[in-house]
Amino acid sequence: MANEIAVKNFYNQSTNKHTGILSWLLTKDHKRIGLMYMVAILTFFVVGMLIGILMRLELIAPGRTIMSAQTYNSLFTLHGVIMIFLFIIPGLPAIFGNFFLPIQIGAEDVAFPRLNLLSWYVYIVGAILVIVSLFLPGGPIDTGWTFYIPYSVRSSTNISIALFAAFVLGFSSILTGINFITTVHRLRAPGMGFFKMPLFVWATYATAWIQVIATPVIAITILLVIIERAFGVGIFDPALGGDPILFQHLFWIYSHPAVYIMILPAMGVVSEIIPTFSRRTIFGYKQIAYSSLAIAFIGYLVWAHHMFSSGMSDTARWIFSLLTFIVALPSGVKIFNWVATMYKGSIDPQPPFLWVMNFIFLFSIGGLTGLVLGSLATDIHLTDTYFVVAHFHYVMFGGTGTIFFAALHYWFPKMFGKMYNMKFARFAVVLYFIGFNMLYFPKFIMGYMGMPRRYYDYLPQFTTLQEISTIGSWILVGTIFFIFGYLYHALRKGKKATSNPWGGVTLEWHIPSPPPLENFEKIPTITHEPYDFSQLKEMKDE
Amino acid sequence: MSNNTDTAAHHVHRDDVGAKMGMWLFLFTEVLLFGGMFLVYAVYRYQYPDQFHIAAMELNTTMGTLNTIILLTSSLTVALSIAALQKGNKFLSLCFLSITLLFALMFMVIKYFEWTTKISHGIYPGSPELLTKPNGQILFFGLYYIMTGLHGLHVLVGMVVISFMIVFIARDKVTSDNYVKLENSGLYWHLVDLIWIFLFPLFYLIQ
Amino acid sequence: MSGNNKHHISYGTYILVWAALIAFTSITVTIAGVSLGRYTLFIALSIAAIKSALVINIFMHIKFDEPIFKVFLGISGATLFIIFLLTFFDYIYR
Repeated sequence: MANEIAVKNFYNQSTNKHTGILSWLLTKDHKRIGLMYMVAILTFFVVGMLIGILMRLELIAPGRTIMSAQTYNSLFTLHGVIMIFLFIIPGLPAIFGNFFLPIQIGAEDVAFPRLNLLSWYVYIVGAILVIVSLFLPGGPIDTGWTFYIPYSVRSSTNISIALFAAFVLGFSSILTGINFITTVHRLRAPGMGFFKMPLFVWATYATAWIQVIATPVIAITILLVIIERAFGVGIFDPALGGDPILFQHLFWIYSHPAVYIMILPAMGVVSEIIPTFSRRTIFGYKQIAYSSLAIAFIGYLVWAHHMFSSGMSDTARWIFSLLTFIVALPSGVKIFNWVATMYKGSIDPQPPFLWVMNFIFLFSIGGLTGLVLGSLATDIHLTDTYFVVAHFHYVMFGGTGTIFFAALHYWFPKMFGKMYNMKFARFAVVLYFIGFNMLYFPKFIMGYMGMPRRYYDYLPQFTTLQEISTIGSWILVGTIFFIFGYLYHALRKGKKATSNPWGGVTLEWHIPSPPPLENFEKIPTITHEPYDFSQLKEMKDE
Repeated sequence: MSNNTDTAAHHVHRDDVGAKMGMWLFLFTEVLLFGGMFLVYAVYRYQYPDQFHIAAMELNTTMGTLNTIILLTSSLTVALSIAALQKGNKFLSLCFLSITLLFALMFMVIKYFEWTTKISHGIYPGSPELLTKPNGQILFFGLYYIMTGLHGLHVLVGMVVISFMIVFIARDKVTSDNYVKLENSGLYWHLVDLIWIFLFPLFYLIQ
Repeated sequence: MSGNNKHHISYGTYILVWAALIAFTSITVTIAGVSLGRYTLFIALSIAAIKSALVINIFMHIKFDEPIFKVFLGISGATLFIIFLLTFFDYIYR
């Protein structure tokens, strides 16, 4: 059964009586909802990338190139808002978490399917509000995505609407988190104890806790800024006794854990891909599982490392610096365990594995430069420079973004029942690496040389590095469009995929490609460890 | 929470513990939402202890205490309504729920009078009268309006939820065999009460 | 997979808890009139904490539900507490 081409699958089976697009818009199927998220999220990713291209175009030469300073301010604000709230935070959980979490624990769907559909609609409403904020009188916001006080209260642009959009998007995130936590606790198949769950499930579970506990703090922060704009209460206004630094505390109490919402699922995907393409079980399963929880928890304790130069007390500064160094430890555990998994494994360098190699290199650079920023003495020189910009692009884009492509290449055959062109895929991995480093590495150097971030103009000594960076942006974005191109071509004309093209052993590889509506003919009873490759022999007869 | 589906493909699936779990997780988001506000309060009270003291004397402790008693009793009545339904007494359950709704209304009415009195004395965010006061007092009243306002919004939502429960019980959609929706509504209402349990001493009892 | 709570609380227990809540409320109001200096806030919050414990354990039933609920509550409470603690490391030492 598993090796046959799937004829009845979730594309032609529906949870409702409708046909066509209505059967999708009213679906309760987690797989369809995951794909609907994919369409929306990828659209905004493309928009965010194009904004980035425009920004880099402006910066190819000093002085005005193609736009005014005000436009540039709005562009970098929107680039951040779109990439963070519409792409990276929802990205992996809403697309791949939705599609694969239930399957990997042997469930038919999530705990609250209708709530799942609602969370998609809430995302769409939030996205529409972001777009609306671009066009209403007042114009697109220009505060930077961090909307710091006092400018976010004083700016005449459409702050309140854009902030309300972020508020709405936060709700979508919360609903997804509630759904995933309950699903993991209540719907695991018989025999699947917590320590038989795949590591992607552990990662998504830890992420869901952050979504639930941290997001409300940005919600109240957003509300306070909107209220401040409307009523001038004085909560953050020094003239009335308020403290602008308190805003920064509230903002980063969410926004730092938010970056763990971004990276934890990505690390979960890495923990799936490496065993499959090393054909051996993961090294240190329990340590990796616990490290996900540790990162989620310690991640709440480090937020003020974004505020070292804000005017906080010295005591707070060294405490947060110390905690920041500590949070790097569980990530290190993961990297060592991944490498140990590959040691003496039977490496199969397929595209998903190559993407993970990209990730390990790029994320390590990002992580190590984070330590440079986490150390007080060096941070004073580098804060608010291009060094920070390079750091977070290496971790967010080089980390989560790269894994987005890895997950896409890993699970594409399962989701769509088609295979893509392997040669193109391998070529893309290399091009991506070149373009990425060309775009972002010069920024480390420029930041070290003193180039401030969010600046529309710059001194002539930065010109060459800015040029290199801009050319890198063309290569990187060109590569990404190339990837979308061959994947789309595979959707329409690709070779049909088998149920297990890579030789994986987690539950999604035991079912047809694409999966049927309820995922499993019969809910399985789990007896194997999650990465036990001796199952491969049995699976050939499934 | 049952997942009724319209095709034969899905089985009907009911998980009361799961439904309750989802509700508790939602309540945690509310705890963190108000928690952020309490953090702001804590910081400013730490920075302006005397001014908070002076400003608090403008609030009516009697009204505050009355509202506390009202909310505590409404928590009782919603719990009693669940107990009644568990025992199969649909009528009593509806009575208790209606009384809960009444208490909620009384709370909002008292709050309304508190606010309008303050506003008629010229004390509201951005008012000229308020701006003449020291900063600590400006912040106190700002926090008062925001926190009791946000809380009041949650009371209103709770009233809507309880009204829906009254309709569901009356129409036998929530019964003595299937009452997790009522339990979850009760949980929400108790949270509203809990928030007030902390708001009350922090705003009304700073003598 | 359905789970109606086997443990039902009697009307009497609920009313007793309510009476305790009212009693604590009157205590906290009365004490507010007494000048307790540095301890005022601590005592007021302690009483609020006791009232909360009653509401959460009995009215919200967490005492009698599956233990996982208490774990969840603990996680959320601990996180909120740590957030307060770390923020105050800034303000206390300014």
